[in-house]
This record gives sequence, structure tokens and C-alpha cells, in this order.
Amino acid sequence: MFLGLGLPAIAVAIGAFQNSSGGGFTLSNVKAATHGIYLQGFETSLEVAVVTAIVPGIVGFLVAYAIFTAKRGNLLRRVVITASGVFANFGGVPLAFLFIATLGSTGLVTGWLTAIGLNPYEHGFDLYTFSGIVIVYMYFQIPLMVLIMLPALEGLRPAWREAAQNLGASSWQFWRYIGGPVLFPSFLGCVMLLFGSALAAYATAEALTSGSIALTPIQIGSFLNGNVLAGQQNIGKALGLGLVVIIAIAMIIYTLAQRRASRWLR
Amino acid sequence: MAAVVVDRLAEETPGPATPARRRRGSLPVWRWAILVIVGAYFVIPLYAALRFTGFHSFPAVFTQEGFAPALELSVKLAAVTTVLTIVLMLPTSIYVHLRLPRVRRLLEGITILPIVIPPVVLIVGVLEVSPGFLKSTPYLLALEYVVLAMPFAYRAFDAGLRALELHTLVEAAQSLGAGWRQTLWRVLLPNLRTALLSAIVLTVALVLGEFTMASLALYQTFPVWIVAFDQTSGPISVAASLLALFVTWVFLMAITMIAGRSRRSGGTEVSLFSVSRRTTGGS
Repeated sequence: MFLGLGLPAIAVAIGAFQNSSGGGFTLSNVKAATHGIYLQGFETSLEVAVVTAIVPGIVGFLVAYAIFTAKRGNLLRRVVITASGVFANFGGVPLAFLFIATLGSTGLVTGWLTAIGLNPYEHGFDLYTFSGIVIVYMYFQIPLMVLIMLPALEGLRPAWREAAQNLGASSWQFWRYIGGPVLFPSFLGCVMLLFGSALAAYATAEALTSGSIALTPIQIGSFLNGNVLAGQQNIGKALGLGLVVIIAIAMIIYTLAQRRASRWLR
Repeated sequence: MAAVVVDRLAEETPGPATPARRRRGSLPVWRWAILVIVGAYFVIPLYAALRFTGFHSFPAVFTQEGFAPALELSVKLAAVTTVLTIVLMLPTSIYVHLRLPRVRRLLEGITILPIVIPPVVLIVGVLEVSPGFLKSTPYLLALEYVVLAMPFAYRAFDAGLRALELHTLVEAAQSLGAGWRQTLWRVLLPNLRTALLSAIVLTVALVLGEFTMASLALYQTFPVWIVAFDQTSGPISVAASLLALFVTWVFLMAITMIAGRSRRSGGTEVSLFSVSRRTTGGS
């Protein structure tokens, strides 16, 4: 655990403060990483991560709840769970291709929409920019949400619903006073996880945009591939450190949310 | 208000024995609507890609140059990663459940980290610190995959262990004279079969699909091969990835079917991530 995760993380953190020639302490990498194109990269990455955490979070929750209430051992339930396992790990060039064939300028759905007079490319949509990335990321974010939300739903005991109904609660009242408060911390925790996963996604963004949009993971990747000027290698590590710091904040919120959720989930 | 609820309850409870079951069995309209919309979102891109490649591309996948070595490397990595993950995580989760319940929450927090620490960042550090003799073999990648697979494996084991009466089982085994190895092998492992299966499946799915680390560490695994290949022949490369997706899914389906059948007599259902508690016995 420490060898595989801790040591590399420490190496990145140290590298972020070293100058490239000898290893003396410097703040110039961090400074470079928080200015200009790299700052813009962080901003775009954060925007993408926020949108692709909240929207798939809600959709994934609804799907998880829909199959949670289906009969146990039900075929539909099995199909959804196993498909989620597969799609949550799907990404990169194959995923990018799927959407180029669907929503690219000559894609299938683009054709359908054009046929009814709604060409998405004339209404500000472009697969290779922000709006496209959001739609494509949802393809692995929704299944991930389904997978991580299901165990939390187990905490919602049927007995509570029955008790609420016996006491005369409406469906809305049940969700407002019982289901909502019980599930909200878990939901928030899962959304934080999606946020981290969206922020970290590299292969898909790389394949889809090939660098036309500034995203921090892609910028780090280009440092690794050697497309940089001499003397700047450690800016990549400073960018990495920046990502880790953002994710650490998200994880603290996640842990706090989980602690609250665990009151009900034993 | 109360009368309405009573009416509704009366409609939903045909017999005194199975009130809850009927409620669960029927899916109201809004659930179908959501499942259909989300389903369409997932199926239409697959269909579009399939239409682009055409069925004739599929046989060609197997005869392409580099197919066999890339697949071999991926399968080898999947095997090594799975074995290492289970050997590390299974005893750890059992021990934590049995002896250190307080550590459980901490461990859960730690096992979340690999999901969210960007692989791009991780591989930068890994290439920096790993010794030369490891860097030249693909097993460096296997070690990193163990870390990546850990959250999924831990959650599967955790869910499985929570559904067991762990203390009772272990105490019963020991009072009948079983040693630790015997308890683990003959008592706990058969009970954890489903959890073990789902851990294996998730690990295998992860290794077979991972691209970022493999490509940045310059190993030609199956996903990397598909991409490299994409430069020369688009349709066949897409066919290869659709095929990989489908085979993984069939594999997962088969495993949950087998697992579901073998557990039918028991009171619990363990699916990939979720475990239902026995309804009898209170909380």
C-alpha cells in the first residue's frame, strides 16, 4: 500500500519544489503551475468535474433506487449491476470513438436531430469542447454512481417506510423527513467520489480532445510524454500536487459525510 | 389523509404473508421511464459504433498483428493482479472485521484513495521511485494495479463479511478444533464465495480496461494495443474494443448467475456491491 501509493505521492510532492537542474528548493514550479494556461487548466478541470459529479450523481441515484426496489434476483437488476461494472471501467479511445460515431459532426444522433431540424452544431454544441466532454464523462460516471450508491441504499430499511405509512405520511413527507436525511450524507459522499474520478480522468479526455481544451491531467500527461521545454519537467509534478490537494479537500468532505452516514448504516 | 393511506395499503397487501414482496416486484412508471432513458443513452452509442464497424470486422480482429502478445500480457497481468489482491486483501479484511472493527472506517477511507488519486499523477511518482529491475518488467504495472483494484476488492469483501455472522462462525470452528488455516479455508472461504467472485470480476475488468498507466509506462497491453492499432485501421480497432466490452459483460453476467443460484437456499443475496441483511434478527 505504502510502496504503491505513498512513496510515489511523496516523490511527486518533493519534485514539485525542486528545480530541474540540481534539486535545490524552489517555488517557481508551483508559481508556474498556478498561472496562465495551467491556471486555466485547473479552472476548466474543476468546472468539468463539478458538472460531471452532480448530474450523473442524480441520474445514478435514480437508477440505483429504481433497481434497488426491483425484486431481488430479478434479471433487469442483474443486467444493470453487471453492465455498471463494465461501463464504469470503460474509457479512453474506444469511448471517445463511440461518441464520435454518435454525436460527432456526421454521427448517428446528429443525423437524427438534423433531420428534425435541430442540428446540435448550430446550437452551440461541440463534441470536442466542454459540452461534449460532459456528455461523454457521464458514460462512466453514471455506472460508477450506481455501483457505489447501492450499498448505501441498503441502509434505507423497508420497515421505516412502512412505519411512516402507518403514521399517515405521504410519499413526499417520507422523502422529506426520513429518506432524504438518511441518504443525503451517503449521496454527498458518493458525489465527492465522482468529483475526484472526473478530475482524474485522463484517457478519455486525451482521446477526445487531443489537447484542444486545457485540462490539468492532459497537461500532466504532456509533461510525461516529453513535449516540454528543457528545465520545466517539474512543473508537471507541481500540477500533480495541485490535483492531489484539490482531491484531498474533496476526500475530507467525503469522510465527514461518511461519518454522518454511518450513524444509520451499521 | 389517513383513509387514503389505508386504502392504498389495502390495495398493496393482497395477502397477510407477502406485503413487502409485492411492492418490490412492481416497478412504477417513473422507474421504467428513467431506466429506458438512461438505457438509451448507453445503448445508442454502442449501436452507432456497431453500425460503423459492421459485423465483418469482427473476425479480422483475431488475425491482426500484435493481437496475441497484447492479449497475453493483459491476461497475465490480470492473473497476477488478482492473485496478489486476494492474498493481500482477504486476510486483511477478515482480520479487521474480527479484531479491529474500529479500523474499518479508516480502512474504508484509505481504500477510496486509489479511485480518486489521478493515475496520471501516480505513474509520475512510480516511475520516479521504482528500482530499475522492476521497471524493466511488466510486474511493476501489476503492483500498481493491485493498488488500483484494492478499493473494489475491499468493498466486495467488506460487503460479504458484513452479511456473515463472522464471530459465531469463527468461534464455532475453533471450538470444534479447527486451526486458523482450516477455519479460513473450509469455513470462511466457502461462505465468502460470492464476495470473492465479485472481487475477482471487478479486478479483472479493471486490469483489462486500464489504459492510462499502461500507456504512460510504455507497456503494450490490450487497451494500449487497440489505441496504437487505431492509427492504421479504425473499424477493426473499434470492433476489438466492442468485443472486449461484450466479453467482459458476459463474463460478469455468468458469474452473478452462478453465484445467485448457489445462494438461493440461504437468506442473503450478495450482488457485486450490495448485500441485503437477513430480515429476521432486527437491525
